[in-house]
Amino acid sequence: MDLFVHQILAGLATGAIYACIALAIVMIYQAIHHLNFAQGEMAMFSTFIAWQLIEWGVPYWGAFFLTIAVSFVGGIVIERVVFKPLHSAPVLAHIVAFIALFAIFNSVAGFVWDFTIKPFPTPFGQEALFGAGLIGAHHAGMIAVTLLLLVLLFLFFRNTRVGLSMRAAASNPDSARLVGVRVGWMIALGWGMAAAIGAVAGMMIAPVVFLEPNMMLAILIYGFAGAVVGGLTSPGGAVIGGFAVGIVENLAGTYIPVVGSELKLAIALALIVAVLMFKPTGIFGARIVTRV
Amino acid sequence: MTTRTILSLTALAAGIALVAAPAAAQEYGPGASDSAIKIGHINPYSGPASAYGTIGKTIAAYFDKINAEGGINGRKLELISYDDGYSPPKTVEQARKLVESDEVLFIFQSLGTPTNSAIHKYMNVKKVPQLFVATGATKWGDPQNFPWTMGWQPNYQSEGRIYANFLMAEHPDAKVGVLYQNDDYGKDVLQGLTDGLGDKASMIVAEVPYETSDPTVDSQILKLKDSGADVLVTIATPKFAAQSIRKVAELGWTPLHIVNNVASSVGSVLKPAGLENSKGVISTAYHKDPTDLQWKDDPNYKEWEAFMNEYFPDGDKTSSFTVYGYAAAQTLEQVLKQAGDTLTRENIMKQAASLDNLELGMLLPGVTVDTSETDFFPIEKMQMQRFNGETWELFGPVMSGEVSG
Amino acid sequence: MTMDRTISPADAPEKARTATPAATAKPAAAIPVAWQRAALIAGLVVAIALPFMVKNFTIFQFTTVMIYAIAILGLSLLTGFNGQFSLGHSTFVAIGAYTTAILMEFAGFGFYWTLPLSGIICFLFGFLFGFPALRLESIYLALATFALAVATPQVLKLSPLEHWTGGVQGLIVFKPEAPFGLPLNGDQWMYFVTLAIGLFLAVCAVNLVNSRTGRAMKAIRDNPIAARAMGINIALYKTTTFGISAAYAGIAGSLSAVVVQFVAPDSFTFVLAIGLFVGLVIGGVGTIAGALFGGLFLVFVPNIAEEVSKGLAGAVYGVILLLVIYLMPTGAVGLIKTAALKLATRRR
Repeated sequence: MDLFVHQILAGLATGAIYACIALAIVMIYQAIHHLNFAQGEMAMFSTFIAWQLIEWGVPYWGAFFLTIAVSFVGGIVIERVVFKPLHSAPVLAHIVAFIALFAIFNSVAGFVWDFTIKPFPTPFGQEALFGAGLIGAHHAGMIAVTLLLLVLLFLFFRNTRVGLSMRAAASNPDSARLVGVRVGWMIALGWGMAAAIGAVAGMMIAPVVFLEPNMMLAILIYGFAGAVVGGLTSPGGAVIGGFAVGIVENLAGTYIPVVGSELKLAIALALIVAVLMFKPTGIFGARIVTRV
Repeated sequence: MTTRTILSLTALAAGIALVAAPAAAQEYGPGASDSAIKIGHINPYSGPASAYGTIGKTIAAYFDKINAEGGINGRKLELISYDDGYSPPKTVEQARKLVESDEVLFIFQSLGTPTNSAIHKYMNVKKVPQLFVATGATKWGDPQNFPWTMGWQPNYQSEGRIYANFLMAEHPDAKVGVLYQNDDYGKDVLQGLTDGLGDKASMIVAEVPYETSDPTVDSQILKLKDSGADVLVTIATPKFAAQSIRKVAELGWTPLHIVNNVASSVGSVLKPAGLENSKGVISTAYHKDPTDLQWKDDPNYKEWEAFMNEYFPDGDKTSSFTVYGYAAAQTLEQVLKQAGDTLTRENIMKQAASLDNLELGMLLPGVTVDTSETDFFPIEKMQMQRFNGETWELFGPVMSGEVSG
Repeated sequence: MTMDRTISPADAPEKARTATPAATAKPAAAIPVAWQRAALIAGLVVAIALPFMVKNFTIFQFTTVMIYAIAILGLSLLTGFNGQFSLGHSTFVAIGAYTTAILMEFAGFGFYWTLPLSGIICFLFGFLFGFPALRLESIYLALATFALAVATPQVLKLSPLEHWTGGVQGLIVFKPEAPFGLPLNGDQWMYFVTLAIGLFLAVCAVNLVNSRTGRAMKAIRDNPIAARAMGINIALYKTTTFGISAAYAGIAGSLSAVVVQFVAPDSFTFVLAIGLFVGLVIGGVGTIAGALFGGLFLVFVPNIAEEVSKGLAGAVYGVILLLVIYLMPTGAVGLIKTAALKLATRRR
């Protein structure tokens, strides 16, 4: 029983990682209705920038916020430079562009900072809370940050003009234009915010898994699983989905004999497919009604 | 006899004499000439195993050094290195390119087990040396069936056996839990451990694998703690070993923690994991850890450091991969020196199989490189070491974990 | 934060535009048939002469090009002509490759017999996967297939299956020699085998696409609801197309097993799946000839990138991808067609 509880807590801890990145994924989906396969690499790159700033002597929180700002701007620049010209291209071209970004970020990060692991500091300290290492201070901090981001996003979309404009631009670009929403800039803003959230996710994740250029790929997939399970239109759902994936993955690894640990990733992915089969928009997702 | 016949016979005799005369001992296989030796190399510079690309870069830098100092026997070394992204079909393509298009004399230090497996048969059929492969899989030391392939580093099963011997001698009543990477490398070490324990293999109470795609191994460590083990053997690559050391400390669990050689670097593993957390960790070594302060004043270390500063300033001096590349390149240097002017593929293999008690600066004192016609495992000796919170303390004798017994 | 969203008809054209792959309007003026025939014949002549003019290694490379082309052709049928995204075709390539390797190694099959078997087995897998795929919308299908691609190496490494699959170490496969004592070496023979199979499959694809079935496939891609209203059995066509597409990929896999002479889980990672997808788009979605250009791109561009900069090869590759997408949004074939068209109309 003890092991069970511990595994659930460990699942929550890894789930927090997935929830973080799931949030970034959903964020960008809200803005552009595409899944950004390069999201993980962008987050990783941002984290390296933060690491470099810290190496140069900038104190942690300074580096933290500076990185978020840089990532925000970077996201907007990428949208304007890379994706605006592709605006009228078929969706397949967009996916190829994501792939290109993935390759570029990964390669440049490896070139500049090489592939050995680097420890990344955490502002929350490393001690265990509640004794006996049930859940670490950093993991608790990570969960808190994720929830905080969630609340901020919720308020932003629901209560601010800009947030409303973004939602309008994403769901109905033509009508949004007609009421004066600058759709192009809303999309760019969406990218910027997604990049910024990704940066936060990266900086939360790196202390746990150690910083290196390849750290995000598997996490990205678990993050996708979480986002899909929870619903791509629901940030709250994505976060819950992330936690769910973490817990299921841990329990499967512990209790399914022989193949459990070998198939953790496959199980996460089977989850995606299963949820999509029965509830295509995710557990908390919005139902899309199409008029024909 | 006609004049013509006499003349032709004379010409024939002269021709035979010339040919039979003691050759100026200059024999060249493809890729070798008076001025240069073309050496092929395949490394993962991209993709999931790109961390190992550092080895290739170190070797390239060392060859620069050799060339700057005049080459070997007056010939420059030309390294042609290709990226295979750790993908076996790509390795096949690059190997064929090196052999058939670039026409190298041999391929040196190709990295990875599945990747080398992909070209194993090809190299032996084509009779091109697949020399000093950068993997410790036990199957590379098989001169009977694959005379053109040779490993370099202590093979994984030997290492496993060394741990088994240690445990049986020092902790015969231990309950052993094993965390291992679920691939050829992790399973090979585990095999050595299990074989080494022999009848006492029941000492192992839990074997928990992890995948390189797992973000953390926390769940696995929990499972191992729960199994009641009081010895933890971690067979992992640096990132996951660091995670395991840290998690064990976080859980307040105090098993005897054995970490395998690949993940024993102070700079790449123990520091990120926490030096305090790593106190008491046991491992093996066959080369000097560049981040270990005990070698600070060692003249061989200083030589390596000077090499890095001059020829590979961007290289990571805390990474054991640079020491590995350095030592491997030096081994090749010796082979080429021994080959002299007979630079054929056969002779390269012959010389590689005739290394006798070769000492290299960055190998541990007492660890030598030895090969013979029946022994294609160049390095077999390792020594155990214990981490005291600051450096590794070597203890016990330099041992050989011979696989064939 | 959840709400029901209504999509009005005004959005439909945009949705159709972004949801369907490049279905360019048929040009009113067509490229003269004589030109098309000439190009085809010239291509065939070059293809047949090639193995006798270049080194073995280059023959090997071009054989690989054709293998990729066959896999991309399968993907093209599914995505280009039927509108179903797949980022997971590496799975079917793997199934085909392992089928051949296992049958040859453990059941003593001759290589050629494994090909139809591989095709059938992959068709079944693809067909079965087509059912859950029915319920998945474009981007979700892409994600689910991507998930499949990522999971495949792990499944191949499973310890219970190790005896058959060789686990991480993989299986060595033997290349068949030219039969009847033909004066061809192993590389040349496999080149011709691949060429023959590739041409056969391409002809089949062209026939399929121009048939009633092909029209149904395209109708489903362009407007699924209208298609259903006209009585087309969407489920049947979609799953069958998935199956056929998988069969193509599987045959490509079988060929690769023998040409590379090795199969291992690490040979079939998601990198391959993404590569096939990239090849499809670069070559030209919705075209048959595009598959060949895709194959050429996949084999030669990474090498070019590596020559430009070893350390930044990935970044160079990414930049090349972006450039190609900007300059040739309809792919290589689209570009060639446009150019040929301009030439044709100018001559008139």
